Amino acid sequence: MKVAVAVDGSENALRAAKHALMLAQYLPGAELVIINVSDYNKAKDERLLTQSPESLSLKRDQKVQPILELAKKAGVATKITMLKGNPSVEIIKYVEEHAVDQLVIGSRGLNTIQEMILGSVSHKVMKHAHCPVTIVK
Amino acid sequence: MYTLKQQWFGNIRGDILAGIVVGLALIPEALAFAFIMGVDPRVALYASFTIAVITAFVGGRPGLISAATGAMALVLVSLMANHGLEYVLAATVLTGIIQFILGLFGVANLMRFIPNSVMLGFVNALGIMIFITQLPYLLGGSVLTYVYAIVTLILVYLIPRFFTLIPAPLIAIVLMTALALFSGVKLQSIGDLGTMPNSLPTFFLPDIPLNFETLKIILPYALALSVVGLLESLLTSQVLDDMTNTPSNKNTEARGQGIANFITGFFGGMAGCALIGQSVINVKSGGRGRLSTLTAGVFLMFLIIVLGDLVVKIPMPVLVGVMIMVSATTFNWGSFKFMKQAPRSETLVMLVTVVIILYTHNLAIGVVVGVILSALFFVAKISRVTVTNDESNEYKVKGPLFFASTTKFIESFNDVKAKKIIINFEDSQLWDESAVGAVLKVSQELEQKGISVSIQGLNSSSAKLYQQFT
Repeated sequence: MKVAVAVDGSENALRAAKHALMLAQYLPGAELVIINVSDYNKAKDERLLTQSPESLSLKRDQKVQPILELAKKAGVATKITMLKGNPSVEIIKYVEEHAVDQLVIGSRGLNTIQEMILGSVSHKVMKHAHCPVTIVK
Repeated sequence: MYTLKQQWFGNIRGDILAGIVVGLALIPEALAFAFIMGVDPRVALYASFTIAVITAFVGGRPGLISAATGAMALVLVSLMANHGLEYVLAATVLTGIIQFILGLFGVANLMRFIPNSVMLGFVNALGIMIFITQLPYLLGGSVLTYVYAIVTLILVYLIPRFFTLIPAPLIAIVLMTALALFSGVKLQSIGDLGTMPNSLPTFFLPDIPLNFETLKIILPYALALSVVGLLESLLTSQVLDDMTNTPSNKNTEARGQGIANFITGFFGGMAGCALIGQSVINVKSGGRGRLSTLTAGVFLMFLIIVLGDLVVKIPMPVLVGVMIMVSATTFNWGSFKFMKQAPRSETLVMLVTVVIILYTHNLAIGVVVGVILSALFFVAKISRVTVTNDESNEYKVKGPLFFASTTKFIESFNDVKAKKIIINFEDSQLWDESAVGAVLKVSQELEQKGISVSIQGLNSSSAKLYQQFT
């Protein structure tokens, strides 16, 4: 069994990861894939807000680190996947190509207007991914 | 992408499609930058064509999009106003020479010394300046001017929510121009700026007297253009390196920018550099190789020649709307959070950079002052040296010892009471002659007072330096 969780370093993502870990613990031999997508639209600002390319990659690692530690404590085998591009597109592509059995993703809980302006990643992934998707609020 | 063949033909389909999108995306801004400078649209469009095509061949970062830019246009505004186009072209040629030479000397390695606080100050000031340049065309204009600018602005933000294939500014321009034409309203249009090109650019020498007087006029501009152009190009290269997970040769890119500007000046184009926005669009649209940049330049020229007659009809307020969007995306909105979280010295460097640029209207001066200021802050920060003495006879030195920190070090030994002391350097490092001199001075003065001094814990490079001078 392959359980995947998409994370971005936010509180919601951490909640989603905890839920994914719980699932993975109950499934014998399950592997947890931690997916992080660096948004192309934020590439410029991310570079400007960090001192160097090295500190940028450190910042990205820090987004998955807490989840990795939780997984270690829970004794779940993990794999980290760092992707770049449009978050929803990349997540859907990964799920498809790597035959993920269950995807867990956090929701920011946007209202209708925010969703129209910002676009909901979880919503798009839920609509287009061909596997069971759990959205954690 | 490593071999030249891969850089050109490793991604043919993606590169051509992305290049077409970028070619479309280049037009609105090129027109608007000509408008900022008050030159014929040709000067910016020719520049965008030649710079894109030349950097496709000689640039160091495949997929980078270089053309006429707002940053360079802003530097050139006053030269254009005071001396005219021929001097702008001459300054462009000189910029090319300077950038090429800087590239030969490895200028890209200096990028490491430009902290992100200065870079933030640079982009924020650039965003604010682009916004300010648009105000004269809005304030005091007719109600219709406001309506067209605001509707355009709304369109450029709304369209990408539903449709992302064609750049939103271009769709907005087409829609708004059509609206203006069919409703027959009277608005200032591109045609009022000058004629549109209907041919490829041709070679000619800028018509200026070749003497010292001319050099005195164009050199300050060329230096400023070189700094601004390289800064934006190398920053954009880094962003693309990160997006594509591929390395690039920044010194080749610096030389490529030089070659492109040098030639562009002779073909009647203004100086340019890399465009962050369009380069990101290129990668997002699937462009990776040199072919994407070439396609963008060629397609831009094709469109201009074919559609020139329609382009002159674009109403000015529509361009103003597009440029307000450009200024908002240039500005780094994360800066406000940065100001809360970053050390106060970094916030100060950013603000000083912004203020100086806005005050002098010169992006280069702001960057240079910002770098000097942050270097001073850095020296002040690392020159903190502390000497602690915990009852025993051991004095522990913490922090690097060098010319800026020796005074504090020496003062720490002014009132030693014990007859025999140990100075421990485990947490320190001697960096230069001043450091060795300070250590010697302290031990000599103490020994004159009858206190014996023993130096311990020097690491190997400090010990080596110490022996070298004693």
